[in-house]
Amino acid sequence: MSVISNTTTISSVGAPNRRNTELAMLVFAVIIPMLAYANVGLAKEGKLPTGMLAYGAGLGALAGIAHLIVRKFAPYADPLLLPIATLLNGMGLVLIWRLDLEPTITTPQLGGPMAPKQLIWSAVGMALFVAVLAFLKDHRVLQRYTYISMISALVLLILPVFFPAVYGARIWIVIPGVGSLQPGEFAKIIIAIFFSGYLMVKRDALALASRRVLGLYLPRGRDLGPILVIWALSLMILVFETDLGSSLLFFGLFVIMLYVATERTSWIVFGLLLSSGGAVFVATFEAHVQVRVQNWLHPLALQNGGVTETAQSMYAFGSGGIFGSGLGQGYSRLIGGIAPKSDYILATVGEELGLTGVMAVLLLYGLIAERGIRTALAARDPFGKLLAIGLSGGFALQVFVVAGGVSGLIPLTGMTLPFLAQGGSSVIANWALIAILLRISDTARRPAPAPAPSPDAEPTQVVRVQ
Amino acid sequence: MNKPLRRVAVFCGLLILALLIRVNYVQFVDAGALASDPHNRRVAINQFATPRGNIIVDGKAITGHTTTTGSDFKYKATFDNGPMWAPVTGYASQAFGSTLLENIENPVLTGDDDRLFFNRTIDMVTGKGQQGGNVVTTLNAKAQAAAFNGLGKAKGAVAAIDPQTGAILALASTPSYDPSSFAGNSATDAKNWSALQADSNQPMLNRALRQTYPPGSTFKIVTAAAALQNGVYPDIDTPTNSPDPYILPDTVTPLKNEGSIPCKNATLRNALKYSCNTVFGKIGADLGRDKMVKEAELFGFNKEQFVPARAAASVFSTTMDQPQTALSSIGQFDTAATPLQMAMVASAVANDGKLMKPYMVQELRASNNSVIQQTSPQELSQPMSAVNAQKIQSMMETVVQTGTGTNAQIPGVTVGGKTGTAQHGVDNSASPYAWFISYAKTSSGSPVAVAVVVEDASANRDDISGGGFAAPIAKAVMQAVLNK
Repeated sequence: MSVISNTTTISSVGAPNRRNTELAMLVFAVIIPMLAYANVGLAKEGKLPTGMLAYGAGLGALAGIAHLIVRKFAPYADPLLLPIATLLNGMGLVLIWRLDLEPTITTPQLGGPMAPKQLIWSAVGMALFVAVLAFLKDHRVLQRYTYISMISALVLLILPVFFPAVYGARIWIVIPGVGSLQPGEFAKIIIAIFFSGYLMVKRDALALASRRVLGLYLPRGRDLGPILVIWALSLMILVFETDLGSSLLFFGLFVIMLYVATERTSWIVFGLLLSSGGAVFVATFEAHVQVRVQNWLHPLALQNGGVTETAQSMYAFGSGGIFGSGLGQGYSRLIGGIAPKSDYILATVGEELGLTGVMAVLLLYGLIAERGIRTALAARDPFGKLLAIGLSGGFALQVFVVAGGVSGLIPLTGMTLPFLAQGGSSVIANWALIAILLRISDTARRPAPAPAPSPDAEPTQVVRVQ
Repeated sequence: MNKPLRRVAVFCGLLILALLIRVNYVQFVDAGALASDPHNRRVAINQFATPRGNIIVDGKAITGHTTTTGSDFKYKATFDNGPMWAPVTGYASQAFGSTLLENIENPVLTGDDDRLFFNRTIDMVTGKGQQGGNVVTTLNAKAQAAAFNGLGKAKGAVAAIDPQTGAILALASTPSYDPSSFAGNSATDAKNWSALQADSNQPMLNRALRQTYPPGSTFKIVTAAAALQNGVYPDIDTPTNSPDPYILPDTVTPLKNEGSIPCKNATLRNALKYSCNTVFGKIGADLGRDKMVKEAELFGFNKEQFVPARAAASVFSTTMDQPQTALSSIGQFDTAATPLQMAMVASAVANDGKLMKPYMVQELRASNNSVIQQTSPQELSQPMSAVNAQKIQSMMETVVQTGTGTNAQIPGVTVGGKTGTAQHGVDNSASPYAWFISYAKTSSGSPVAVAVVVEDASANRDDISGGGFAAPIAKAVMQAVLNK
């Protein structure tokens, strides 16, 4: 953002639709994971993996279908989002397959190989992507479901409390016969829809009716209510589901959207105070959170004489160095369990693709977030602006919370890295998120229909006035 | 709404920037420390990921490697005749680390050494995979076998040096251990390891390099050198001024000799032949602490030796008073020496006064046999002049011909030696250590100097035990070198 001005820099008229750019980049987004796939095969087995062509064809077909659907239903959509998501998803599949080749973390007890399932989930995610683009002709339709969204988000967030904790966090619901589901991933999108609808209506009241205290505009008590409710809810998620990441994400999401809706800095101050207060409060008695903080402060400390997951992850990053050991030649399996495929997948990137690879991945995430924000800037309706900033801001926060946790920047929280990490809910929800962003950007970048020619209008006479 | 949107964009940019800075810190700034952290299992995995190079004696490998399954370590070190060579090779265990040559030359043995960079690159390009380099030692397999078998079931150690170069020829320590028995990381390996650790006989102690013993009468060689170097007595065959018994200065305690031996005013030659405490004790007291310390340190005392394996520092006190100096000069009081140190003493005498720096690595070689490092002999010091060294040689030869060391005689070869029996324990109640240091000489100089110590020489407390227990072992080692 080198130029700060109050006018949008997007010209909405006559913009090229950029579909061919998208297609060209999609080709790379399919070729790069294919080469990575070949790389793993050569490193692990000394030959090209047998499934390489099928995998490439499959990923290519999925990307091709997605591209055709975008061409048909959202021709003016942002050209970068689909290729980046495809690339990340493809690399995620390769990384998970690569980790499947480590017998110690692919035992039947740990669920066996994950890559085939992840491939199916990715296909389902892309199908949802296609469905959203095909059936959601205008994102403003979502505005109608503001309060339904609120209720379903609440249900989704509260449901996991009734299911047993997995690895210390209650963020799963188990549907017998289908598998387990992480509703938080879907709640992220639904809650953004609710906030957008709610704030669009209330933004004036929140922005204007305030008292000035010590240079800050403080909101009225009655307007403060919903915020306190969200704050309390996120604390409850933290306490009952011991899910530090989700509560941070939801609260951050709300603060960002409030700030954008009201343009009041006081909300940020308020948000930071509430979230840090809540975090300190919870950290004083929640052992699970305290362990995470201790691991963060002393990442290499031994626990009962053993090396912790946190330390293993740091070792993986450090051993990767600048260029990495090469795909298939690292030891991120030492992290143990299924964690290297899910929460700690970035450690594998760090070790095998090196600093270079991690920076590339982080920049890809950054690009998704910034393209989303650009979509928000370009959107012409407040609901679309709020929804786009909510989705992309939440995406950026999620990446920060996960990648920051794994690399030791902040305490670790159990969340999945979008597209890369193993997990069906995550990949499906994130494809839906990309689809909604594409829908908004298509609406935003679509040229305004040319005004109907008025036969009555006189040709304008240009008069030079000196 | 666009102004806050832009600010949020900057905020999201900052989040990504923070992540980028963090990964740069972890993967660049802190990467080296993390990659080499002892708890990082990759360190151990890499260590055993390549076929380990060999330690070579007389052109034959005494260590090797074998592939293992069932763990993330690919290769395991193997040791031929492990107990005999353990004081040289040390161990290289997947679970318990490494010592001695296996530890010091580890970068070469694993192929990680910087000097092997070129070979590594070639091996990588040709698809051979990384190969470990080899360590060529100076040891003599026959001498080592003679030393190890000579010690047999006794507790003790042997160190043998080529006096002209300082090359170590034998380095034995008993009881010993088999490094192969815990080279892996299985439950059996762990059991063997803890059994060795718990063994009260300390089989894993490298007695030749790391254990210091009171040297007893063998230290009289150092005292004799000090006497001649400082001109206390001009000649070895003129009578000394030595009362018997000798009252330690500033005390009323008499220093006595063992048995009834003719020590009163004995010549230096006879004093050494009969091992007279009175004569050498008085020399030490007359010379004084500082001169004795200076001479002992020229022989290598009070300093760790790196051969390149670390040898413990032998001790000659620098803070003692005059009577203590007298006792120290006959190898008692605080004086303590490693077998290697006493072999160095013998070798300096045999090499006409020049002490060569002991070493046991002749060459480091890449897997394709190209030499990447060669050790050339180096003079460490000159504790005595050539003339005085020859005088002491003559004295030591008398000891072997007609004195306490007759057991070390080798027909047709000039052998010089000195016995020692070091008493220790409370009131000298423990069974004494039997010492023998010696050298053999041919027409082209001396090819071998050797020091032998046997811990539990359960014999009479007289000098015979040094000659009786230790001298035959020294003889066998010298013969092994001579017949080579």
